[in-house]
Amino acid sequence: MSNALPVQLSAKDFKSDQEVRWCPGCGDYAILAAMQTFLPELGIPRERTVFVSGIGCSSRFPYYLNTYGMHSIHGRAPAIATGLSVSRPDLTVWVVTGDGDALSIGGNHLIHALRRNVNIKILLFNNKIYGLTKGQYSPTSEIGKITKSTPTGSSDAPFNPISLALGAEASFVARTIDSDRKHLQSVLRQAAEHQGSAFVEIYQNCNIFNDGAFEVLKDPETRDAYLIRLEHGQPITFGKDGSHVVTHPAGSFGLAVSEADKVDAGEVLTHDAHAEDPAYAFALSRLAGPDLRHTPVGVFRSVRRPSYDELVRNQLDAAKAKAGEPEADLAALLNSGDTWTIL
Amino acid sequence: MAEHREGAGQTGQLSEHGHPAKEIHQLDRVVIRFAGDSGDGMQLTGDRFTSETAQLGNDISTLPNFPAEIRAPAGTLPGVSSFQVAFADYDILTPGDAPNVLVAMNPAALKANIADLPKGGTIIVNTDEFTKRNLAKVGYDANPLEDDSLAGWDVHKVGLTSMTVGALAELPVSKKDAERAKNMFALGLLSWLYSRPHESTMAFLERKFAARPELVAANKAAFNAGWNFGETTEGFAVRYEVPPAQMAPGNYRNITGNAALALGLVAAGVKAKLPVLLGAYPITPASDILHELSKHKKLGVTTVQAEDEIAAIGVALGAAYGGALGITTTSGPGVALKSETISLAVALELPLVIVDVQRAGPSTGLPTKTEQADLNMALYGRHGEAPVAVVAAQSPVDCFHAAIEACRIALKYRTPVILLSDGYVANGSEPWLLPEISELPDLQVEYATGPNGEDGKFYPYLRDPETMARPWAVPGTPGLEHRIGGLEKADKTGDISYDPANHDFMVRTRAARIEAIDVPDVEVEDPSGEAKVLVLGWGSTYGPIGAASRALRQRGVNVAQAHLRHLNPLPKNLGEVLASYDKVVIPEMNLGQLANVIRARFLIDVVAYNQVRGLPFTSTQLETMLEEVIKNV
Repeated sequence: MSNALPVQLSAKDFKSDQEVRWCPGCGDYAILAAMQTFLPELGIPRERTVFVSGIGCSSRFPYYLNTYGMHSIHGRAPAIATGLSVSRPDLTVWVVTGDGDALSIGGNHLIHALRRNVNIKILLFNNKIYGLTKGQYSPTSEIGKITKSTPTGSSDAPFNPISLALGAEASFVARTIDSDRKHLQSVLRQAAEHQGSAFVEIYQNCNIFNDGAFEVLKDPETRDAYLIRLEHGQPITFGKDGSHVVTHPAGSFGLAVSEADKVDAGEVLTHDAHAEDPAYAFALSRLAGPDLRHTPVGVFRSVRRPSYDELVRNQLDAAKAKAGEPEADLAALLNSGDTWTIL
Repeated sequence: MAEHREGAGQTGQLSEHGHPAKEIHQLDRVVIRFAGDSGDGMQLTGDRFTSETAQLGNDISTLPNFPAEIRAPAGTLPGVSSFQVAFADYDILTPGDAPNVLVAMNPAALKANIADLPKGGTIIVNTDEFTKRNLAKVGYDANPLEDDSLAGWDVHKVGLTSMTVGALAELPVSKKDAERAKNMFALGLLSWLYSRPHESTMAFLERKFAARPELVAANKAAFNAGWNFGETTEGFAVRYEVPPAQMAPGNYRNITGNAALALGLVAAGVKAKLPVLLGAYPITPASDILHELSKHKKLGVTTVQAEDEIAAIGVALGAAYGGALGITTTSGPGVALKSETISLAVALELPLVIVDVQRAGPSTGLPTKTEQADLNMALYGRHGEAPVAVVAAQSPVDCFHAAIEACRIALKYRTPVILLSDGYVANGSEPWLLPEISELPDLQVEYATGPNGEDGKFYPYLRDPETMARPWAVPGTPGLEHRIGGLEKADKTGDISYDPANHDFMVRTRAARIEAIDVPDVEVEDPSGEAKVLVLGWGSTYGPIGAASRALRQRGVNVAQAHLRHLNPLPKNLGEVLASYDKVVIPEMNLGQLANVIRARFLIDVVAYNQVRGLPFTSTQLETMLEEVIKNV
């Protein structure tokens, strides 16, 4: 529709006139601010950016961005975004969703959007709780979680969203944290540049119903020991002064954490986000335990495979190359097959 | 059948093969039912016979009837598949209440269909399949071909399988392939019996088996063997002709309702100059629309086979938001799943067409059988006050025009529209006088391109004064960036609003704008002008109601007929029309859903005549019922 010339916009241009109505202290504010300051650097005009959301606290996100936006229904944003993206390749389409929206009621649409590799960027705000319905456990809540709907503790095991996305054939899978704007924006940038589905899990604090769920990853006292920052092409080390490393022990399907001085430098795994085999990224996604110790953040996997949009578009273009004037083609279509004439 | 009367015969000529030419009787109408096992190719046989008949210029109406199972155990009653074709030298409205001729490929087909064949009718039966084992499978204690249980019918016992295999003995095909060609033998025999041209079938076989020339030869040989058998055997003493019908001049093709509906959607896209995006999940009996539309990329149609019914409508709605003509096609269970998204579309006020090819419910019900029991769901099946426009197709060909009308309303009024078809019109076929593209309605609408407020701002919910439609401001349009969603919106601005007065206003506005949709007046057919009873229908009952009304009038009984294309909003003149008759009768394949609407809306105590057998009404039953009502007025 409009031309693709880079435009100079600022964060202010992306703020809508609507009053932001999340609870004071909610992690969503930080993500919104990060997004508003990040979007201008893409150089994409506002009118060609669309945010589609479902239902939940996070799904109010589109109202606060001065782009096109749709606040749809619970769990269905990936489906709606698929229809928009496949029919409008000129648009940049983002999906904003939460752990309940994406993984519970909308689980089916999420996995199918990922396997198709629809050219949409999915941001999953994971706060491990249902916020908008006031504090029931979610599909990412740890087992035994005591909430309003589980007074004696929940009995269902949680999803690991990264593992799930990888299992669904996602071509881009990343994780970041609401409070680390620099990291968050770096991940958003890579997601935006990815052709195909990009899945980004954002650990987001719900200070009302699940406060401190990710505190160990933020607290200067603990974070070095808990957080693993993935950088493509770099050895996976973490801890104070690189005290720990990730290795792939011989004979094991999984990865392991060791003290750096207990292994040879050659045994330290170098992060390869472009590895074709998703087993590696999957193994990375299993490093962290329920206590969040050894949580990798960054891009787990980023591989190129044709997007659904491209494949559909190619077929359409091939067919249209043979098209004539539409009404004449329509007349020919109606008159095809076994026809006869009455004089 | 009253209409199955014979004209003067011609006798005496020699046929081209040198046999004494058989007597030819003229008929004005014939109904043939091909019945066999699911694997016997009866749908294809029926299709081919229909095509040959169309070439001859008869009017035609067809009704396939097949099991939900793809291949039920061979030779069993649940595995019987049939195809009924009626053809006549005048215009006909239904595929016939009952066949004159039954082609039964096995004992199951005979047993499942014999009750429908009036005494005196013709049975052509494949004797080869009447083995002890096959008879036992369907509960025949004795072979009905060998006792007097078929007395009263004109039975032709033909070894269809063995004669086919015999005829193909010299050809390089396996015994299995030879046996499979028996449907072509039957088709050849029937084609001879009713003097059908065979060229289109020959051409069809060449197309269908292009990759296997030996099968082209085998099937052609089987067809010819059947034809020649008719000509030579003494078992068939008479041959029949049904002269062409008087039909309006023009180009025709035979078309099923599903194909016509799909082409209507393609045409709507062309006439709207918009890309069409179909989101669909396979479901009987709607899948053929997806299949058809998937072939028309050249005309700007994209089809997305979604992961489920909800995603299918989500995809369509997302495309509509982006400026495409968004369509989703399904049957009743699918509409139930789409309900929440339809409500979202009501709130978003975006164009969207939801096609419901109704089947017998509830739940999985009878997936391959017809019913009209989704009207309540179409009208009311959503949360909140969520009115949508509802349009119904009345015949296979009408599916084309109903689809265009549904798209017209959706685009012009920016609303979801539910288009109701059903298994009967979807799978049935009739000749279609092909329209001129230039005569189809222009469906072009404008996207918003700039601010619409007097203050120079853009108001997403500021309405067109005539249509009450809000602007269609598609992403990509600079300066019109805005947010929409399922939360209640403030009038004009579209901002989130929890204001009680605003909600009341918006609910009433959404109702008023659907009620204000311009739909044509309902037309009444009453040649006498003196009828006291009006029979009102909607959807696929048009054929049987029309045939029943005609039959009554031919006997001097006056009856008025009106048929609703628009179920919401109803035509503005409907109340006046209904009030001008002493009695209104509403036949429906449900338990009185339209009848209840009419009672509630117009306070008229209509006569509801209802049937839910998974089958269309017969015109005879409607004729009898209507006569009874008329007598008592």
